[in-house]
Amino acid sequence: MIRKILTIFSFFTIISVSALYADQKKIGFIYIGPPGDHGWTYMHDQGRIYMENALGDSISTTYIENVPENADAVRAIRKLAASGHDLIFTTSFNYMDQTLEVAKEFPDVKFEHATGFKRMDNVSTYSARFYEGRTIIGHIAGKMTKTNTIGYIVSFPIPEVIRGINAFYLAAAKVNPDVKIKIIWNYSWYDPGKEADAANTLINQGADIIVQHTDSYAPCQAAEKAGVLAFGQASNQEAFCPNAHMTSIEDIWGPYYAAKAQAVVDGTWGSEDTWQGFKDGMVEMSPYNTKLLPLDIILEAKNMETAIENGTLHSFEGPIYNQAGELVVKEGEVADDGMLAGMMFYVQGIDGEVPQ
Amino acid sequence: MNTDLIIGILNIVLISTTPLVFAGIGELVTEKSGVLNLGLEGLMLVGAVTGFITLVLTGNYFYSLFFSIISGVILSGIFAFLVLNLMTNQIATGLALTIFGIGLSAMLGKKFSGTPIEGLNPYFFILISFLLVFLVSYFLSKTKSGLIIRAVGENHNSAYALGYNVIKTRYMTIIFGGVMSSIAGFYISICYAPMWQEGMTAGRGWIALALVVFATWKPWRLLVGAYIFGGVAIMQMNLQAIGVKLPGQFFNMMPYLATIIVLVFISSNKLRLKLSAPASLNISFEKNQ
Repeated sequence: MIRKILTIFSFFTIISVSALYADQKKIGFIYIGPPGDHGWTYMHDQGRIYMENALGDSISTTYIENVPENADAVRAIRKLAASGHDLIFTTSFNYMDQTLEVAKEFPDVKFEHATGFKRMDNVSTYSARFYEGRTIIGHIAGKMTKTNTIGYIVSFPIPEVIRGINAFYLAAAKVNPDVKIKIIWNYSWYDPGKEADAANTLINQGADIIVQHTDSYAPCQAAEKAGVLAFGQASNQEAFCPNAHMTSIEDIWGPYYAAKAQAVVDGTWGSEDTWQGFKDGMVEMSPYNTKLLPLDIILEAKNMETAIENGTLHSFEGPIYNQAGELVVKEGEVADDGMLAGMMFYVQGIDGEVPQ
Repeated sequence: MNTDLIIGILNIVLISTTPLVFAGIGELVTEKSGVLNLGLEGLMLVGAVTGFITLVLTGNYFYSLFFSIISGVILSGIFAFLVLNLMTNQIATGLALTIFGIGLSAMLGKKFSGTPIEGLNPYFFILISFLLVFLVSYFLSKTKSGLIIRAVGENHNSAYALGYNVIKTRYMTIIFGGVMSSIAGFYISICYAPMWQEGMTAGRGWIALALVVFATWKPWRLLVGAYIFGGVAIMQMNLQAIGVKLPGQFFNMMPYLATIIVLVFISSNKLRLKLSAPASLNISFEKNQ
């Protein structure tokens, strides 16, 4: 008897709960690392939390962390799609084909792929113009380096990373033509030990500024220990290396995530490509470290931020030559988004070759 | 090349290779007694997070190391109970231990991730790691207990018939291996990259496992192998920074490739395989046989 009552009771509970949440949209995230990396994934997770706070009960969110960029990603994305999610954010470049594969199977589910360039009716792409931030730190590095050697730790040879290296170098060489950058490819986004090794190797070879395009704060920490300067990555990392950290390029995803989730709730979501920078607030600089940077350099950096926002300054202003000495951007012109999106070459002045 | 540069490179090699030596030498002793423990990665991560949390809470490096070791004793004790008393499959249990360790360390460390700490000087542990290889080498070849461990690993039935306590011996070696792995984890989160982030050992447990095979179960070769792996990784970074073009992906798979080559080499000759691998490795021991 009791069992029967319980069964009936739970049946009604399920009905009432599902009625209550019938309109609630489920939004899923695929993360490349753990939200605790205090870098790339951390900022996406901050965006997710921002979205939850902004939209309240009209949405619920789920995330799967540490998803490798291989066939496992298909399984993870499909798992979210098959479990009733309405909108799925896949937050790393190499989820690109996997996202499309699942999107074909689930035409009613909306997908948002970060930093990619392949779209479908139900797949949007979005990215931030991180390279605008790289221009700022390049300028600072060019002015601050004493050894004229800058160490740059990178993950994988993809356009986003190479664009960052070029933007950084162009800005640094503009204020300091003697500047040299030493590049180490780690072939991983996240391996604190290896990132520390790379930073120490670069410092050992004479670099007095460490720049990173990997996700942990180990390089900044290594710089702190060795008494050289560094820039953080993706989020404000000053707490971990207060005497080395000059500034970081921060990724601000929250407002974009909230807008796209709102579009799904309203039924107005459409496939599009979004690429925003300083102007729309998707990229921000962490507070400049006044202990390390002279006031005039901070002012210059802030003016550059404003100029980029206004459109009076562009990270890729001609004339720009590639390593072979060919003119790729003419004088008076700027690189168009197509060239930036597929950028797989170094500009003139950078030593070494882009790995294939 | 100037000497400062070379000393700098050696310094980085020493710092980055030491966790491999600790975890590898522990696993070597475990495997010498005939037990394959694939849980190194999990043990290292739990050791790393326990040490980190203790340091954040107490600010004492000694407690931090102590609790890190305790975590290794507990986890490897559970592993030993499963494979020795309940006779579960060693490979499956070891993999489960790794997966469990990854999850447990992430859960424990969630609140502590991103807490800045003061790192510990690594040189003491680097010194200990060399000493350890010497002691283990001496212990396995020159002491009675060492010979008993090897006898148990070669043929547990004969060792049992001679009156040696197979289960007890293997408990000891498994727990020794567990403690060494947790010290490797402690070293990573407190000395090497002083921080806690999920999954921060990034596959070093697997490289340590590969090392044991690469070293054909010999302590000194393990030390040499570890420094070859570590040295190659750091050298390729140095060459990259100088501007030499190198296939970085290739160097990432080097440790595993080298291990496969050694395996092929020692497996090509039955006798050579017999001389190298403990014969009872990965075989459960039943008393009533």
